[in-house]
Amino acid sequence: MGMASKSIKTLLVAVFSIFLLLFSANSFASDAPAGGAEKHEASSFDPAKLIMEHIMDAHEFHFATIGEKHISIPLPVILYSPERGLTMFNYSKFNHGHDVYEGYKSEEGHIVAVNAAGEHDTTVTVYDMSLTRNVVQMFIALILLCVLMIGVANKYKRNGAKVAPSGFQNAVEPVITFVRDEVGKPNLGHAYEKFMPYLLTVFFFILINNLMGLIPGSANVTGNIAFTIVLGVISFFVILFSTNRHFWAHIFNPPVPGFVKPILVPVEFLGIFTKPFALIVRLFANMVAGHIVITCFVMLIFIFGAMSKVAGWGFAPVSMAFTIFIYFIEILVAFIQAFIFTNLTAVFIGQSMEGAHHDEAHH
Amino acid sequence: MELLNPGVGLLVWTLLAFLVVFFLLKSFAWKPILASLKERETGIADAIASADKVKAEMAALKNENEAMMAKAREERAVMIKEAKETADKMVSDAKDKAKSEYDRIVAEAQTAITQQKNAALTDVKNQVGALVIEVAEKVLNRELSNRGDQENYIKQLAEGVKLN
Repeated sequence: MGMASKSIKTLLVAVFSIFLLLFSANSFASDAPAGGAEKHEASSFDPAKLIMEHIMDAHEFHFATIGEKHISIPLPVILYSPERGLTMFNYSKFNHGHDVYEGYKSEEGHIVAVNAAGEHDTTVTVYDMSLTRNVVQMFIALILLCVLMIGVANKYKRNGAKVAPSGFQNAVEPVITFVRDEVGKPNLGHAYEKFMPYLLTVFFFILINNLMGLIPGSANVTGNIAFTIVLGVISFFVILFSTNRHFWAHIFNPPVPGFVKPILVPVEFLGIFTKPFALIVRLFANMVAGHIVITCFVMLIFIFGAMSKVAGWGFAPVSMAFTIFIYFIEILVAFIQAFIFTNLTAVFIGQSMEGAHHDEAHH
Repeated sequence: MELLNPGVGLLVWTLLAFLVVFFLLKSFAWKPILASLKERETGIADAIASADKVKAEMAALKNENEAMMAKAREERAVMIKEAKETADKMVSDAKDKAKSEYDRIVAEAQTAITQQKNAALTDVKNQVGALVIEVAEKVLNRELSNRGDQENYIKQLAEGVKLN
């Protein structure tokens, strides 16, 4: 099975990342004593805050700040409050968090209700349904995905099955057959056809958002816990709906001696929830880590730059080399994580359908 | 930690987007693509299977042809042999027949010759006898006075005998 080789690949990626992190930490440590000026600059340059800003969701696509001028695309804000009803306006109305608009204000990117005095009103519940940069980017990615895939599908319809694939169709076909033959068939057996639309959608849904997230200046959609929670919960329900009698019998009456049952039954029952939870955390952690590593390497330039201009310029090529290296790994990770999420979902569905086989249950 | 706090907006929009994309792609992309792939794969499998079948059929046909050829060759050899035998038999038969006919004709001819010779000899004998009697009669009829005359006369008579 392809699982093992993929696990080795992820392991390799992890090892490389750790190695590079150690390497960079070493170089950082050796340079740190020389940079006494770092503490002075910290007030104006906060790498942790910048990294967080990069990883987190926001109400605008923020590209750069030159002096006091922000180069950004503000996005629509949609707020619902049981007390105040539905409110819609553009984020630019907040004037980068300086102004109060329609009884709301932006506190570090979070929109909160304010009272007449302009202070945070905790009595008002606000549901922020805004088209944040993650939402907008996800929509763009999904429109692109739909257009591409329906275009490919139309090509199949137009040319019929006998004509060899061409162009983008040729690029997509091996991926689809891979998901079918390496993910669907081995894990789901004869029932694979029923799950193929779901598995393919999950795979390409994650993949296109992973890849879009790698574009510089774009949002980190798949590295957001909300995104992975939705996919994980959907997987949870798909797994739950495909369970059979054997599966539940195995959980509530495992084939073990009676005195082990009180221990094993809760463990097995928890397993139902830990599987999708692992999916959620794995995708989130992998993607967020990749983004953090890349931003860290870029930040290193400015950390060194803050110590001395020469160090900054000197470290820039090294940092760029690492960044480019990690970028290539991230492209690999984009595919691997999409595959792993899909494959593990298929494995869990397969387990819930078989029930009798327990040997592959714990990964 | 802020990073682990899911935004309710993104949760809702992601769920909505996933469901819309799932149903869109399911009916407009995955169904036709998977159907086409399956159709193509079964088509290729069928083509290979039928090609194998045709190949097997061709091989069987070839074997059959070879067997037929061998059989025909055998038959031809038998026929030639038989024809030769028949021809030889006919020739030898004809020879035998011809020989026996010849033998018969020769035998008949010999018989006929013998018979005719015997008849001729009998005839000669009879004629000689008759002649002798005639001559003797004539001689007796004449006077046996002169020996010379007698001898001449006998000579005369003998000359008158025409042996045929």
